[in-house]
Amino acid sequence: MEFVDSEPALNEAALQKTAVRPPERVRKRASLFRYIWFNRYLYIMLVPALVYYLIFHYIPMYGAIVAFKDFSITKGILGSDWAGFEHFRYLFSQDKFWEVIKNTVIISLYRLTFGFPAPIIAALLLNEVRAKFFKQSIQTVIYLPHFISWVILGGILINLLSTDSGVVNNIIKAFGGTPIGFLSEEAYFRTTLVFSMIWKEFGWNTIIYIAALAGISPHLYEAAVIDGANRLQRLLYLTIPLIRSTIVLILILRLGGIMEAGFEQIFVLYHPGVYRVSDIIDTYVYRIGLTDGRFSLAAAVGLFKSLINFTLLVLANWLSRRLGEQGVY
Amino acid sequence: MHYTSRAGKLFDAFNIGFLAIVAIVTVYPFWDTFVVSIIPLEEYLGSSIHFFPKKVTFEAYSYLFSMSELWTSYGVTLFVTVVGTAISMFLTVTAAYALSRPGLKGSRVIMFLFVFTMMFSGGIIPTYLVVKNLGMMNTVWALIFPSALATYNLIIMKNFFNALPDGLVEAARIDGCNDLRILYKIVIPLSLPAISTITLFYAVTRWNEFFNAIFFISDKELWPLQLFLRSMLFENESSYSGGGDNAFLLGPSIKMATVMAASIPVMLIYPFFQKYFTNGVLIGAVKE
Repeated sequence: MEFVDSEPALNEAALQKTAVRPPERVRKRASLFRYIWFNRYLYIMLVPALVYYLIFHYIPMYGAIVAFKDFSITKGILGSDWAGFEHFRYLFSQDKFWEVIKNTVIISLYRLTFGFPAPIIAALLLNEVRAKFFKQSIQTVIYLPHFISWVILGGILINLLSTDSGVVNNIIKAFGGTPIGFLSEEAYFRTTLVFSMIWKEFGWNTIIYIAALAGISPHLYEAAVIDGANRLQRLLYLTIPLIRSTIVLILILRLGGIMEAGFEQIFVLYHPGVYRVSDIIDTYVYRIGLTDGRFSLAAAVGLFKSLINFTLLVLANWLSRRLGEQGVY
Repeated sequence: MHYTSRAGKLFDAFNIGFLAIVAIVTVYPFWDTFVVSIIPLEEYLGSSIHFFPKKVTFEAYSYLFSMSELWTSYGVTLFVTVVGTAISMFLTVTAAYALSRPGLKGSRVIMFLFVFTMMFSGGIIPTYLVVKNLGMMNTVWALIFPSALATYNLIIMKNFFNALPDGLVEAARIDGCNDLRILYKIVIPLSLPAISTITLFYAVTRWNEFFNAIFFISDKELWPLQLFLRSMLFENESSYSGGGDNAFLLGPSIKMATVMAASIPVMLIYPFFQKYFTNGVLIGAVKE
């Protein structure tokens, strides 16, 4: 079992051959080296992943200091002059910045409110289906949109929702209504975003709940049936409490992502006509950073976002532990 | 279990009906897309709801397949999918195996360093600067390396390895196998369901790669499929190079044909992996 901790015996013997035993500290270090040597292949296997995380995650964390500098490409990160909190001060004084924050939070809260319960309900309903073939077919079908990119789905949505020839508006017209500019009007844009996001992901998100439901012992249900519990009672007093920790876990993770409102989807679907209601932090960073080349300002926005996400995750986790649930870490 | 009660039966009927409707709403857009891609323009403009095509034409497809940009972008995407997925799997499997060995010194710290990146990031601009400084701008490597390893997949993989019986690894060690051989000869063959699932996850992400592409690729020759799609779907008809009137007349059909061309490979593959998803996620979700 503990093979990684067991020391190879021959090295022990080799060590005892030396007439004077080395001092404690040296011996300790020697045994650590021997331990690492003994497990060298395992440590070598960790190296590629460590290098990846270092380059593409930890160096960017360090690179986030460009938010506090007047970054110039020619001078590089280290050579650029310090700007302190100047960029943040500038951002916080901009109405545009607050509009973007507001949009991000609103879209994200919509997604949370309507998108979070959807897969739970779907999983619970699927769980009640006994016909295996039907259940699997439904699952296969509802997983589909998850595997398709937002660029493709964006194209499909535009076709489906167009005011002159889209199916949805044709149906509305057939019932005597007036066509709705789902993607062109500010009033409908966010609703369309959130609805299509749920349509894309609810099926996929059922997976984890279906897995949790499959993990419940059938004996519990048998016992409940003998005790005279009906289906609703089994749902309320057995199923839901048993998947509660999974629900809480997912909720915490979702809260930690409140500043993520879905870059790809919005980037594909939005246009200047609806910027006022759909411009989110990530699209804003893209435009000021890459289009206007204001790297430091864009980095400041990005860092602000990461900090809020991190704080929310820590808070949610703390709260969940206070309430007696497991938490993410 | 038996539900003989009438309320139970009524519920079942409603439940099945409701789920069927949900399923139809989920796939109908794809069906509609398919129909639009194969009907002539007159029919598209003439009928309000085209559930079944009255006349079938493959003009849109033949126009699409004659575009060289489509094939270039297919090539880029195929390369990125195959090479990128291989690199991702290498990184994920090696790290997951090492981290799955009980009691390996330092592995908890390393795991924390990996997981921490799920909670906090430097942001996209510093990542952009890293890619730029590495000289990867406008190369396929910018589509492969910045998101080569997904921590979530690593956790699933690690938990799967943890669930394998310890005795197997121990026995192999006593027989003189080193960890490389154990991983290659024993652990990987036993983990094929999990490995194929994670491979699919990576491959689909690569196939759908868009985010890195718009940040790191401006050279049209290196556009992956998703950027080609975007130009086809969201830019004005006038930008269809050299198509002239023909392209304009085919407008909606070409767009939908492009959508089909990009999504059919994925639609064909994922159902075969489906039985593993639930298991994979179940094992991956169990905390040590």
